[in-house]
Amino acid sequence: MTAIDVSNLSIDLGYGSAKKRILGDVCFSVEAGESFGLVGESGSGKSTILRCIARLLTLWEGDIELEGRSVKNMPFAEYCRMVQMVFQDPYGSLHPRQSIRTALQEPLRIHRMDRQMDRMERALVDVGLNPDFLSRYPHELSGGQRQRVAIARALILEPRILLLDEPTSALDVSVQAEVLNLLADLRARRNLTYLFVSHDLAVIDHMCERLAVMQHGRVVEVMGREVLATGRAKDPYARELIQASLEYDQAV
Amino acid sequence: MTVSFLSMQDVAMPNPRSHRNSAFHRLLAVIRELLGNPSSGFGFIVISILLLTALVAPLIAPYDPNVIDLGQTLQAPSAQHWFGTDELGRDILSRIIYGTRISLTIITIVSVIVGPVGLVVGTTAGYFGGWYDTIMMRITDIFLSFPSLILSLAFVAALGAGLENAIIAIGLTAWPPIARLARAETLTFRGADYISASRMQGASPLRIIVKSIMPMCLPSVLVRITLSMATVILTAAGLGFLGLGAQPPLPEWGAMIATGRRYMLDNWWLVAFPGGAILLVSLAFNLLGDGLRDALDPKQR
Ligand SMILES: Nc1ncnc2c1ncn2[C@@H]1O[C@H](COP(=O)(O)OP(=O)(O)OP(=O)(O)O)[C@@H](O)[C@H]1O
Ligand SMILES: [Mg+2]
Repeated sequence: MTAIDVSNLSIDLGYGSAKKRILGDVCFSVEAGESFGLVGESGSGKSTILRCIARLLTLWEGDIELEGRSVKNMPFAEYCRMVQMVFQDPYGSLHPRQSIRTALQEPLRIHRMDRQMDRMERALVDVGLNPDFLSRYPHELSGGQRQRVAIARALILEPRILLLDEPTSALDVSVQAEVLNLLADLRARRNLTYLFVSHDLAVIDHMCERLAVMQHGRVVEVMGREVLATGRAKDPYARELIQASLEYDQAV
Repeated sequence: MTVSFLSMQDVAMPNPRSHRNSAFHRLLAVIRELLGNPSSGFGFIVISILLLTALVAPLIAPYDPNVIDLGQTLQAPSAQHWFGTDELGRDILSRIIYGTRISLTIITIVSVIVGPVGLVVGTTAGYFGGWYDTIMMRITDIFLSFPSLILSLAFVAALGAGLENAIIAIGLTAWPPIARLARAETLTFRGADYISASRMQGASPLRIIVKSIMPMCLPSVLVRITLSMATVILTAAGLGFLGLGAQPPLPEWGAMIATGRRYMLDNWWLVAFPGGAILLVSLAFNLLGDGLRDALDPKQR
């Protein structure tokens, strides 16, 4: 089954004369249970794609289907329980004045879920945190712990699809590895579908089976993970990107 | 206000005790910070004394504020009448002490009207944007383009003189700056990731505004209200002075100055003491507001 199917997605952002085409005819699809990477230089529109799928941007053209149904006419409550998102900056994605308990309980209250205390505690344990963290506030947590809480919050509604916008780029390298392993582990256990944005090809190589390379708001090539090792991409820009990353790895 | 709002969010918590404790600790920390600075400490202490005085006015006032004693008119300050007496022989100190109740009533009612109205108008305008925002902001522009005393004068003239109408008029003129502030704050938080996250979790706009945006705006709104209390006191006194606010024989400070004005040249204490009280309290609110800004502003932590 196809979990995410994006076809001819285009969007213009900005007002009046500053209006600019940010995405042009983006097409790709992600199978259920797959982890799909999005790479490309800064400003190429990766976050914008996620925000369109997340329904945080609405004025796009084209079609986005999730599990075969168009996002535009899916009931919102149902949509929320299918897709969730983890943001790039763990310092900006948790409400500074809400305790972890409130952050985790809000979605449960909105969707009137049962056994709330149970679910909250389990969500924390699942991301490797002690249930004691419930009474803490975000400023009392480290960056890695915050990102774990953000993952717990995204998973508490038991979505099948997770949108990840550079979930580890704001973290220290050692913490990065821990969080990536946690994400890989959660995906295996819950059979989640990931749409994973990253700058770092090594991270994509570790996390994803397939990836799309983006440039200036367009997908220039969709390839399998194995291409990253060989560098035999068809598109010149994609080849250059992979080559640069391979050389960087050797240099380090 | 902040404190009670924060703990309100967590009513359904199985362990409310630790929460209330932490809220209580935060309140203590804020008070400690206020007292740590001489100017905000001064403001805090003066406002506390004001509250206390209003509470126990009948116990500490040496005389009844409204009892007329024609044998004792226009007495200079003495051991018997510390602040002297007025043209009807009433003890000025007692009148000032009872006047704290009127001032506090005005302040309380005005902030109860102005805080929620300003907060609701500002946060909704900022969050929804579009034509709703445009209309709301044009309305606040209109209100803001008049000096508040002139505008409240107009309202009182329309509603009729009296303390209640003065309060309503002041309330009507005092919300626009708060709405402005709340809107500006909302605009800075609106695009934050935690708002996006809560939208993705299915929170309705109302829920987002009440639970995510208002708590962020509350500290600065609180500071702003405290600062505008100084203006409110002055406007109330101004209305009282012009005979449009509290009516005699109510011991309102502005009205006391107005009646004392006729005897002012020979009997300075008739206007000096009420005037001093107005000055002291409005200064204290200003200093307290400045101190609160330092203690509460989330951006400085
Ligand atoms: N609201 C907006 N109005 C106008 N332009 C925008 C808006 N949001 C984003 N853009 C532009 O869209 C382009 C794509 O932005 P996007 O955030 O998707 O990039 P990205 O690929 O995620 O980059 P990065 O890797 O740095 O996060 C950028 O050039 C950005 O300037
Ligand atoms: Mg981005």
